[in-house]
Amino acid sequence: MDNDEHEHVIEVAGLRRVYGGGFEAVRGITFHVDRGEVFALLGTNGAGKTSTVELLEGLAAPAGGRVRVLGHDPRTERAAVRPRTGVMLQEGGFPSELTVAETARMWAGCVSGARPVGEVLAQVGLGRRTDVRVKQLSGGERRRLDLALALLGDPEVLFLDEPTTGLDAEGRRETWELVRSLRESGTTVLLTTHYLEEAEGLADRLAILHEGRIAAAGTPAEVTAAQPARITFELPDGYFLGDLPPLAALGVCGHETDGRVVRLRTRRLQHTATELLLWARRAGLELRGLDARAASLEEAFLTIAREASAAQEPTRTQEYAA
Amino acid sequence: MSGTLTTPAGRMTALARAELTLLGRSRSTVVTALFVPLVLPFTVRSAVEQMDLKGTGLTVGLILLPAAIGFSLLFAVYSTLVGAFAARREQLVLKRLRTGELRDAEILAGAALPAALTGLAQSLLLAAGCTALLHVPAPRAPQLAVLGLLLGLALSVVLAAVTAGFTRTAESAQVTSIPLVLVTMMGSGLAVPLQMLPDRLAAACALLPLTPAMTLVRDGWTGGADAGEVLRAVALALAWLVLGVFAVRRWFRWEPRR
Repeated sequence: MDNDEHEHVIEVAGLRRVYGGGFEAVRGITFHVDRGEVFALLGTNGAGKTSTVELLEGLAAPAGGRVRVLGHDPRTERAAVRPRTGVMLQEGGFPSELTVAETARMWAGCVSGARPVGEVLAQVGLGRRTDVRVKQLSGGERRRLDLALALLGDPEVLFLDEPTTGLDAEGRRETWELVRSLRESGTTVLLTTHYLEEAEGLADRLAILHEGRIAAAGTPAEVTAAQPARITFELPDGYFLGDLPPLAALGVCGHETDGRVVRLRTRRLQHTATELLLWARRAGLELRGLDARAASLEEAFLTIAREASAAQEPTRTQEYAA
Repeated sequence: MSGTLTTPAGRMTALARAELTLLGRSRSTVVTALFVPLVLPFTVRSAVEQMDLKGTGLTVGLILLPAAIGFSLLFAVYSTLVGAFAARREQLVLKRLRTGELRDAEILAGAALPAALTGLAQSLLLAAGCTALLHVPAPRAPQLAVLGLLLGLALSVVLAAVTAGFTRTAESAQVTSIPLVLVTMMGSGLAVPLQMLPDRLAAACALLPLTPAMTLVRDGWTGGADAGEVLRAVALALAWLVLGVFAVRRWFRWEPRR
């Protein structure tokens, strides 16, 4: 390969996808994935992850925008792209009456430079299940078979749509190890997931999708750093939110109440915590259930979901200009 | 990228091999594809024997032989494939196949190959069987019979894909394939030779998708067609093929409806 090391293996600009009924599942997203990177599309169900990946795989035409995989349009220039990519669909299908080995052999006949079938099946832990019919496999085993087929042609670019959904804890860990080893061997991986720890643990960079748009993107650390920290405590009896020092002076950028439980969000955790605790000491109060934590990817993810539900229920959450 | 690139023929062979395995493992498909076309011609035999064939230039054998080939096209190829396409779609196999190097046409053609070859082998067997059992003479224009058979096979595959486009599930394939089967049996000369129908009805039936193929097969044995008639039949069959391919490109569904 004579490609530049920092070449954008996947390039997406202003991508849109509209379904037959007029539903806009992907609403103008832009990102790129460099060679050798593991990139995660993170989002809740219905965020547009699969709709996006199918456009990258060349299974559908975008309603707008541009996709390039290895420098080519994955749909119109498929002959240049397909021999170099591997795909694992969220819901892959195999004829239920074929055995694992027959399925892999069939696929191997359709893949350029296919590796030996036995080797790939062993790699995903199906080495002892080769003569079992697909219909007798567990859900997790089916995912592994799907992964095996995606790996059969030793692809430069691997698309994994929710690769660990339906796997048990061990299967999930094994898949993670596999993705890490692929990354070490230089494979570019784009995966979707709704497991935060999966994105945090595997991805060099990630994008959080929400309602067809990218709500946040960057390295896990960058995405996390962009989110406020959180302090939670219980207001003592007889006290109300208004009894606290002015929230703006505490450095609070947003808050919620749930009965007596108060949740403050701040980008200056140390300052806010100090001022809050000093106030409590002056008032002689004990703040029960006190918890202060820096933002995590989970927090970032939840914030995005909360902002969406806040849009629907504007009275429960208040936001201040930070 | 290591290794050599796959070829269309190689990819379709791999797919066809898997599809042949599946065909053999489905009992209902084996019955429909292998036995129905062998049994059906003999059930219409008694009816044909009571027909007044004077003046048509036909014999019982010359009616039953093309009919047998027609039944093979309808059951071994057409019905089998409507079910197979619908089942593979339902199991998301078609969607999975589309992520790889196979092109759309290769997926359909590769999946259709075992059924088409079954139909071909069966037709040859039926022709030999009819010749031996019904004292049918050797075909006078075998090239016409071959041409008709090949056009019939191609049309059966394409029409199966068209029908599958309008079929929701593998189960409903048993229903959606009935109209073409019935229309062809009645109107394409399988049960009743077109010569025995009223002129206007015969003219309309001549336009049905599988009629030209059936006519060519029969002409192959009788040798009673002039160049104009042959040309007309071939043109009509090709027109149906083009229309079918267009319909597949336009309406074939690769994924189940949600």
